[in-house]
Amino acid sequence: MEENQATLDTLKDIKSLMERSSRFISLSGLSGVFSGTLALIGAYLAHWKTNQGPWIQRAQDTDFGTGEIVSIDWSVVWFLSIDALLVFILSMFVGYYFSRQKALRKGQPLWGTYSKQFLINLSLPLVTGGIFCMILFYHGLIGLIAPASLVFYGLALLNGGKFSFEEISYLGMSEIALGLAGLVFKGQGLLFWAIGFGVLHIVYGILMYIRHDR
Amino acid sequence: MKSIIHQLDKAFENRIRLGLMSILSVNDWVEFNELKTLLEVTDGNLASHISALDKKGYIETRKRFVGKKPNTTFRITDDGREAFSNHINALEMLLKGAI
Repeated sequence: MEENQATLDTLKDIKSLMERSSRFISLSGLSGVFSGTLALIGAYLAHWKTNQGPWIQRAQDTDFGTGEIVSIDWSVVWFLSIDALLVFILSMFVGYYFSRQKALRKGQPLWGTYSKQFLINLSLPLVTGGIFCMILFYHGLIGLIAPASLVFYGLALLNGGKFSFEEISYLGMSEIALGLAGLVFKGQGLLFWAIGFGVLHIVYGILMYIRHDR
Repeated sequence: MKSIIHQLDKAFENRIRLGLMSILSVNDWVEFNELKTLLEVTDGNLASHISALDKKGYIETRKRFVGKKPNTTFRITDDGREAFSNHINALEMLLKGAI
């Protein structure tokens, strides 16, 4: 019986070492829950600001948020940019904080080959997406920005997911599907954005917390 | 029962060697310091286990310079991968047989 336990422990040790060395498993589900909540607040603020009155005028109305811009209220543009930037920065901070807590608790190094790989693979599609969205804005295709950011964020998660929990890959695929759907339905960009960055983060965050954090 | 025990590889009886193989089996070229942190062992201890596995032909060593710093990394060989997976299979059989 004792030998059994020893064999079982050995196999557990092997599995744990394989996981710790190859994957970034300090990522905490709680950071998903909190960044999702932040995204929902951000989306609500954006909704409130853009519904205060007409802030953009186009040569023709396409009700898709595209078409040549005649005039634009820059205070709204700044509000939306700062809103998005704040959500992004606070989410990064929250993600770092909870991952550090988890790493300390589980005795894992936070910064290793695996977390480096995860971040590098995550950031390449993410930066591409950021630039892509700025180009969309440059061309006046504002209505496409929110769904496009979902697609690129999904690709980034899918790319980084190989180095972390499998839930990250599934979250990535969900974001891509949602982004593509958002590109099809007219003028609902913000709603899809709120579902993708808000609701999905909270749902997957809770799932990851239950499965891996406790 | 006897036959399963014979399949267990003597080279992996040590916990640190088994840990080394576990890490290398799921990674490509791992640095010495990274192994040290993961396995929580001293330099000398780790080096002696590495050289034992190297002699067996289970792992290979690559020494090179990154800038001015020497950089030593390790990788599992095909033989090592086979031996390690046989060993794990044997462990699992042992467990199944006992239950």
